[in-house]
Amino acid sequence: MERDTNFVLGVFDDEDVLLHAVEEVRSSGVKIHEVYSPYPVHGLEHVLGYKRSRLPIAAFLFGMLGTSLALTMQFYMMRFDWPMIIGGKDYAAFPDFIPVTFEMTVLLAAFGMVGVFMISSNLKPWAQPRIFDVRSTDDKHIMAIDIANNSAMDLAKIEEILKSSGATEVNKKSFE
Amino acid sequence: MQVTSSVREPLVTGGKSYHDVTHDVSRQVEGKPSLAWFLAFLTAAGVLALGSIALIATLWEGIGMWGLNKTVGWAWDITNFVWWVGIGHAGTLISAVLLLFRQKWRTSINRAAEAMTIFAVICAAMFPVIHMGRPWLGAYWALPLPNTFGSLWVNFNSPLLWDVFAISTYFSVSLVFWYIGLIPDFATIRDRATGLRKTIYGALSFGWDGAAKTWMRYESVSLILAGLATPLVLSVHTIVSFDFATSVIPGWHTTIFPPYFVAGAIFSGFAMVLTLMIVTRKVFKLEDYITIGHIELMNIVIIVTGSIVGVAYITEFFIAWYSGVEPEFYAFYNRATGPYFWAYWTMMTCNVISPQLFWIKKIRTSIVATFALSIVVNIGMWFERFVIIVTSLHRDYLPSSWAMFYPTWADVGVYLFTFGLFFTLFFLFAKFFPVINMAEVKSVLKSSSEKVSK
Repeated sequence: MERDTNFVLGVFDDEDVLLHAVEEVRSSGVKIHEVYSPYPVHGLEHVLGYKRSRLPIAAFLFGMLGTSLALTMQFYMMRFDWPMIIGGKDYAAFPDFIPVTFEMTVLLAAFGMVGVFMISSNLKPWAQPRIFDVRSTDDKHIMAIDIANNSAMDLAKIEEILKSSGATEVNKKSFE
Repeated sequence: MQVTSSVREPLVTGGKSYHDVTHDVSRQVEGKPSLAWFLAFLTAAGVLALGSIALIATLWEGIGMWGLNKTVGWAWDITNFVWWVGIGHAGTLISAVLLLFRQKWRTSINRAAEAMTIFAVICAAMFPVIHMGRPWLGAYWALPLPNTFGSLWVNFNSPLLWDVFAISTYFSVSLVFWYIGLIPDFATIRDRATGLRKTIYGALSFGWDGAAKTWMRYESVSLILAGLATPLVLSVHTIVSFDFATSVIPGWHTTIFPPYFVAGAIFSGFAMVLTLMIVTRKVFKLEDYITIGHIELMNIVIIVTGSIVGVAYITEFFIAWYSGVEPEFYAFYNRATGPYFWAYWTMMTCNVISPQLFWIKKIRTSIVATFALSIVVNIGMWFERFVIIVTSLHRDYLPSSWAMFYPTWADVGVYLFTFGLFFTLFFLFAKFFPVINMAEVKSVLKSSSEKVSK
């Protein structure tokens, strides 16, 4: 068990206390592994120093792919592959292609972005998450600190920083 | 934990803590189903079984089983389709449009409303599929697939084809939106459970651990999905209205149709949300989450959209006269005074007059009155589609072919089938899925009345 991953966990009750605690812990030089919350805490990603998610870019690119696929498909089928006069309109009746183009843009943007989200966050039915504390999906915010990443720091020191920053409990957790 | 404000009504009453939220919602999933649930579920499943006789008869014999004739070629099937799609608009509107407008009260009702949306769209999609007559060949008619006729493609100039794309996109995007929201709540149930339930909800929760990084991405995904779903929800009923508006039938080819249909869809959708939520909050004892305040706000949406619909009815009547086009005016005159006058005036009473009662605060905040009026609105909206479709068709340009439409038992049975399907799915959802979005409710528990706490 000695060389396995060991974590110190700070348990927080309140989101505002948590936000200040994250700032304090980081400024005292402790590297935070991750914070686990039962609901999205606004501003948490800023104090943790995470870069903005690039998922909107993925959504845009997939949306553009949808637009081009839809337009290509409709122009190819209606204008080139089997041209037919329908209702006296042009073969390539562009305004009529807009609804399908719009729908396919939305479809691909949504599915592409969600797919990227699933892959990047490792969300899949057979995923076995590491649960630090089961209360993190109920009513507690769990700040996990990897001891191996903070070898320069004394363990007792880390625990003290957590306590003084407002953690209601400080626990330890090991994974094999 | 919860802070109460002297200025604002709290969104969640009863001084709930975060753990109370988890407990109150999860206990429905974890406990044994109540007798009331069993009775309701069995009734719904019974209606489904009964209705499926009509469905099987229709598939076996063909749509000659319905009361259609050569003058009225579209009747209950399309009426039911538009009605169900309309109902299916409230869920995404609540979760997407109200998210963009930062309306925090949506958090208690969005889960059930989205579920309702998905089930209503399934019911709606039944009708175009069945009315193809031979739905097993439908893929060739509805999807751009290469086929044995050479490469004769589907017709991209047709609004019926746009509908295929719109409804299927709407259904799948709504489903994804709903499921993404469910993942954190499934994880909550997983972490409370043991044994088989832990395995099942563990798989359903996709290994969610609530990491700050994942929540950041989740928020980003929710916002973009809301941004995509908002024009989508407006486009769907717009395209449904194109089915009529791009035709040359008097009473159908009016430019007012898209906004008028969208308003009507929101109107009927909110009515159905109210019908379901009033029962759900009672049966599952969620009165602290779905408060009178929520019901009142939804009723206000009903007044607004009901009034838009009322103005649209009057406008189209006026324009039909003002245009000077005789068949156009006759179509409307015939609606109000012809053999289907009773349907027209049912529509006018239920949709234009009855929602105006919500101007009175006492009615707007009364559960009994809201429940009754929500059903009245749904009846009215069914008649709106019936009036638009059947009265416009039954007296066409040729008086010798004028006819009436009489539904057969198969028409009624297929409609019943969708009711059975809708409620069976909804009751299953209510039992096995968390009916309230726990994570989102927790996120507004404190901030909704933050000002006073400092």
